[in-house]
Amino acid sequence: MPETVNGIAFFLLAFATIGGAVMMLSTRNVVHAAFWLLETMLATAGLYLLLDAEFLALVQVLVYAGAVSVLVLFTIMLTLRRREDAVRPFEPGWGGMALAALFGGAMLVAISRAQLPAAKLPEAPPTVADFGRVLFTQWAVPFEIASLVLLVALVGAVWWSGGDRR
Amino acid sequence: MSPLAASLLKVAACLGLMLANGVVMIWMLRKVLGHLHLRYGPLEAGPSGIFQTTMDVLKLLTKEDVTPNAADRALFYVAPLAVFVPSLAAYAALPFAPELRAVRLDAGLLYTFAALSLVPIGILMAGWASANKWSLIGGMRAAAQQIAYEVPLLLSVLPIVMLVGSADLGRIVEAQSGVWAGFLPRWFIFDPLLLPTFVVFAVAALIETNQTPFDMSEAESELVAGWATEYSAMKFGLLFLSEFSNQFIISALAVTLFFGGWLLPWVPESVSVALAPVTFLLKTYVGIFMLMWIRGTYPRVRIDTLMQLGWKRLIPISLALVVVMGVVIKALPALARVVG
Repeated sequence: MPETVNGIAFFLLAFATIGGAVMMLSTRNVVHAAFWLLETMLATAGLYLLLDAEFLALVQVLVYAGAVSVLVLFTIMLTLRRREDAVRPFEPGWGGMALAALFGGAMLVAISRAQLPAAKLPEAPPTVADFGRVLFTQWAVPFEIASLVLLVALVGAVWWSGGDRR
Repeated sequence: MSPLAASLLKVAACLGLMLANGVVMIWMLRKVLGHLHLRYGPLEAGPSGIFQTTMDVLKLLTKEDVTPNAADRALFYVAPLAVFVPSLAAYAALPFAPELRAVRLDAGLLYTFAALSLVPIGILMAGWASANKWSLIGGMRAAAQQIAYEVPLLLSVLPIVMLVGSADLGRIVEAQSGVWAGFLPRWFIFDPLLLPTFVVFAVAALIETNQTPFDMSEAESELVAGWATEYSAMKFGLLFLSEFSNQFIISALAVTLFFGGWLLPWVPESVSVALAPVTFLLKTYVGIFMLMWIRGTYPRVRIDTLMQLGWKRLIPISLALVVVMGVVIKALPALARVVG
C-alpha cells in the first residue's frame, strides 16, 4: 500500500516538475513564466520529501520557492514599464536553436555516460541533527568556502549598485 | 486505519480548526477593536453579536463573484488558493498537546516558517492579477516586506534552537517544563538571554502577519483594500480567512517558542497534560488579543521605515544575539573546562 501511494505521488510530482518546466519555457508571459518556475521548485521539493530528505525539501521551499522566486517576480514587475509588456513575442533564431541543440546533445551524452550510484536508501532516514553534524565536521571547509563566496558576492553587489556616494 | 485515510482526517481537522478560528477571530477583532475605540462592536445578531460572523459568511457565499475585465484570469483564480493552501499547511507541525499534532517533524519550526514564507507570493500574485494599481502597489509592498522580515524572523529563533538542540516544536516545549527558583516557570520568555530574542521575533512576526503597524500591503486608508481590492464574494473570504489563520499560527508559534506551549506551571504533570489543548488555545488567543491591542493602538509606519527597520536594525541585532548565545552555551563552558 505505501509503495503504491509513493508511486502515485512520484508520478504526480514528476509530471508537475516537468510540466511546470515546459510551461515556463513555452508561455509568452514573463510573469506567468516566473510563477511556473515557482511551481517547478515546489514540485522538486516534493520529490525530495518522497526520498525522506526532509531538511533539503524545507530549505528548497524556504530559499528557492520562498525567497528566490519573490526576487525574480519583484525584478520582473519592477522592470515592466507597462502591463502589456509582460507578453513577449516568440522569435526563434538559428543561433538560439543551434545552441539549444548543442546543449541538449551535451546533456544526453553526459547523462548516458554518467556512473549513477547504486540507489540504496539507508535504513532510517538521517535526522536534521545528523545532517548538521556531518556538515560542520566532514564538510566544514567546503561549507565555509561556500559562505565566503556568497559573502563576497553580496558585498560586490552592494558595491556595484553604488548607493548615494558614487 | 489506513495511513492515507488518517492523513486525510488530519487535513480535515486542520481545515476545521482554520475555519472555526476565522469565525471566532473576526468576531473577536470587531469586539476588541470596538471596545478599544470606545464603541460596542456588533450587538444585534445573537448575544453580544456572536452570530455576526456567521451571517457574514452566509453573505459572502451568496454574493456575486466579480472578475475585472482586465484581470489576468488564470492567476486571479489561483491567487486565493496560493494564499490559502500554505496557510493551511502551516498547522501541521503545531504541537497542541504532547501527542496531539498532525505530523511529528524533526525540523517542525523550519517547516512552519517555510509554509508561511509562501503566503506573500500568493499576495503578490493577487496584486498583479487584479490589474489594478492599488492591488499592484499592495502586492509589491507585501513582497518587499517579506524580503525584509524573513531573515530576522528566522535568525531570531536560532538561539532557541541552539539552546534546545532541536528544531522539533515538541522538544522545544518539553525543554521549558519545570520552574526556576521554585516559582518562575522555565519558559524561554523569562530567560534573560532570550528576552531580546523575543522582541526581535515579535516585531518580525507582526510584519509577517501584515498586522498594524506594518499593514502597508493592505492599508485601507490609502490603497482601498490593497492587494485584495478587486476580490469579492468567497474569494475575498478565502484571502481573509488565511490572514486570520496566519495570525493564529504566528501567535501559536510565539506560545510554543517562548511561553511554554501546552505546559501549565505549578500543577502536577498529569493535570498539565490533561488540559494541554485548552492551555495551548487559551495562550494562543491571549497572544491574538495582544496583536489586536497593538492593531487598535498604533498608527501605520511607512514602507521605507519598515525597510530600514528590517535591514539595518533587526538583522544585525538578531545576528548579535546568535553570537551571544553561542558564546554563552558553548564557548564559556569550554573555557570553564580549560581553566577549571
